[in-house]
Amino acid sequence: MTGADAIIKCLEAEGVETVFGYPGVAICPFFNSILDSDIKTVLIRTEQNAAHAASGVARITGKPGVCAVTSGPGATNVITGIATAFADSIPLICITGQVNSELLGSDVFQEADITGAVESFVKYSYLIKNVNDIPRVFKEAFHIANTGRKGPVLIDIPIDIQNAQIKQFHYPEEVNLRTYKPTVKGHAVQIKKVIRELEKAKRPIICVGGGVLLAGAQQELRAFSEKYRIPVVSTMMGIGVMPTKHPLYYGMVGNNGKPCANRAMNESDVLIMVGARVADRAVSQPDLITQNKILVHIDVDPAEIGKNAGPTIPLVGDAKHIFQDFAKEEFTCDCEAWIGTLNDYRRELMPKRNPNPAYVDPARFIERLSERMEDNAIYVADVGQNQIWSCGYHIVKQGRFLTSGGMGTMGYSIPAAMGAKTAAPDRQVIAVCGDGSFQMSMMELATMRQHNIPVKIIVLKNNYLGMVREYQHYTYKDNYSVVDLTGSPDLEKLAAAYDMPFRRLENMDQCEEVLDVLLQDNNQSMLVECLIDPMDLVK
Amino acid sequence: MKKRIYSVLVENRSGVLCKVAGLFSRRCFNIDSLAVGETDDPTTSCMTIVSSADDRTIEQIEKQLNKKLDVIKVKTFEEQQCYTRELMLMKVKYNKNNRREIMEQCELMHAEIVDVSKHFMMIQICAAPEMIRQMIQLFASISIVEIARTGTLALSKCAENDD
Repeated sequence: MTGADAIIKCLEAEGVETVFGYPGVAICPFFNSILDSDIKTVLIRTEQNAAHAASGVARITGKPGVCAVTSGPGATNVITGIATAFADSIPLICITGQVNSELLGSDVFQEADITGAVESFVKYSYLIKNVNDIPRVFKEAFHIANTGRKGPVLIDIPIDIQNAQIKQFHYPEEVNLRTYKPTVKGHAVQIKKVIRELEKAKRPIICVGGGVLLAGAQQELRAFSEKYRIPVVSTMMGIGVMPTKHPLYYGMVGNNGKPCANRAMNESDVLIMVGARVADRAVSQPDLITQNKILVHIDVDPAEIGKNAGPTIPLVGDAKHIFQDFAKEEFTCDCEAWIGTLNDYRRELMPKRNPNPAYVDPARFIERLSERMEDNAIYVADVGQNQIWSCGYHIVKQGRFLTSGGMGTMGYSIPAAMGAKTAAPDRQVIAVCGDGSFQMSMMELATMRQHNIPVKIIVLKNNYLGMVREYQHYTYKDNYSVVDLTGSPDLEKLAAAYDMPFRRLENMDQCEEVLDVLLQDNNQSMLVECLIDPMDLVK
Repeated sequence: MKKRIYSVLVENRSGVLCKVAGLFSRRCFNIDSLAVGETDDPTTSCMTIVSSADDRTIEQIEKQLNKKLDVIKVKTFEEQQCYTRELMLMKVKYNKNNRREIMEQCELMHAEIVDVSKHFMMIQICAAPEMIRQMIQLFASISIVEIARTGTLALSKCAENDD
């Protein structure tokens, strides 16, 4: 058995179903061995998207997504995808081919020091120099990627190691890492302290982040919120923890969030941040959330606690374990008056939009789209104005909302949606992007066609890099610089070139009819172009 | 700004020094000095890092170090909690007028002259970092040619092990 065969055995042992990749000589032994396996391969059209697609798989299955690329440019191209996953704590296994181990360091053809290059974007990385290390390294890598604070792990494997004979293949049952023992269970004393504060609280609020979804703690959190009637807000990555229309959910916080959510957070007396980093977009002034209130910060990564804001009660642990422990406590918490106030805010602080009737109103369109989408549908938002409208108007029922929150990587939606669709072929998967972000990954229309991955794509077209244009509108008094997307392709012709059904929506009149066509068949991909007002603003 | 000494036990593997140093540079933490060497167990190395920072950063440095998968254990000390030593080799240019003075200074500082040529002398001193600074000041007027320092090494005081 060769090293490459052993890698495939490892992936099979981990239950990997799909590998997104792009071959080159240095990873060819791997792609040769995978032919003998039931693991499906998808030839993505650029390496960055292999990592994004694997991210889509990971976020839907809860298991690490896997991508495999070649050495040199293949490896460096995948870095943005790895950094995107790292910023959102998405578990990935990224396999890179490498030049012959004897040539390492001699700058031969397609050699790149990838483990060095990704050091600050990975949870861990390996450069395998002995074929017999393969089973242990893969076992460790999957364990590291998907435990504690999740994240990408890169495994770099020289071609001669892939070709070498392995003495005997034995996939370890357990990992033995003396340096890595993440704390998942919350400290009992700290848990009691939190409960005591909640008992005294008049205006408690829970702010949920992506960590709640990563821990799979939606049910626990929702049950806790409902039992004690504690209101909930979310960060961008926490969208979907609570159904959007849940009476105790008040929306996304932050500078692009809902005014009522921000007000709720600021006026609370006990704020429980769970699985959220307290980063600048969600909390622009971290000092404010520690003033005049008890801040409880729950995170599986101890380094996140106290990094941006010093909490009153730090609580290290995984959201699922901690909310299970909270559920064992009995206490009373009366916040009906507070809920009344928040309901008033929700009514009074509704952002007012004045849509231009000559165009599609993105807010109303996204609202109608999500109302009509299936309950468990997966909605993938890209980055830009489309993302902010999606956060503000998409209605999550029982499905998922995916986006690149931490890194804000344009072009994420289409490959991530492909990953999600591959992982959940029966579910409705829709990617919503702008015309800028669409053009960053439109090469994947070929992948969708080749591998029959029927993702539905909505392009909100305004001929601008809208988010930057909006910034230049406010900051540089409409002095636009390098944001005009003139020259973009005719999407109807583009869709035809890929045999993809296409509809163009010019204003809201045909909205329902287009949605009828778009949503009628989950196994049919489609491209819908919505013409939106180029001067429209998210604020 | 407070001075802290981090005694970091790490896996003795290639690339680990780079990961730890990279962590400091990426997060804009200062490194005043860094010394690395294998311990009695050849699979582990001990890094002694001296850094000056405010309270929040001091805590972050420790947490971020602990997060690295190659880090086995992090101990943080204030200077008075541990014994600190640094080794310095210093080459100075001498002449017949200052030769006597140099030798007296060395005696005073418990430094040793380890190599001598026609015009140059090499002085070795192993002392607390504060003494090393004094030594450099003393010789500043004498013409220092070059200096090599190990950076601070530190171990917690023995009494701490009794607890």
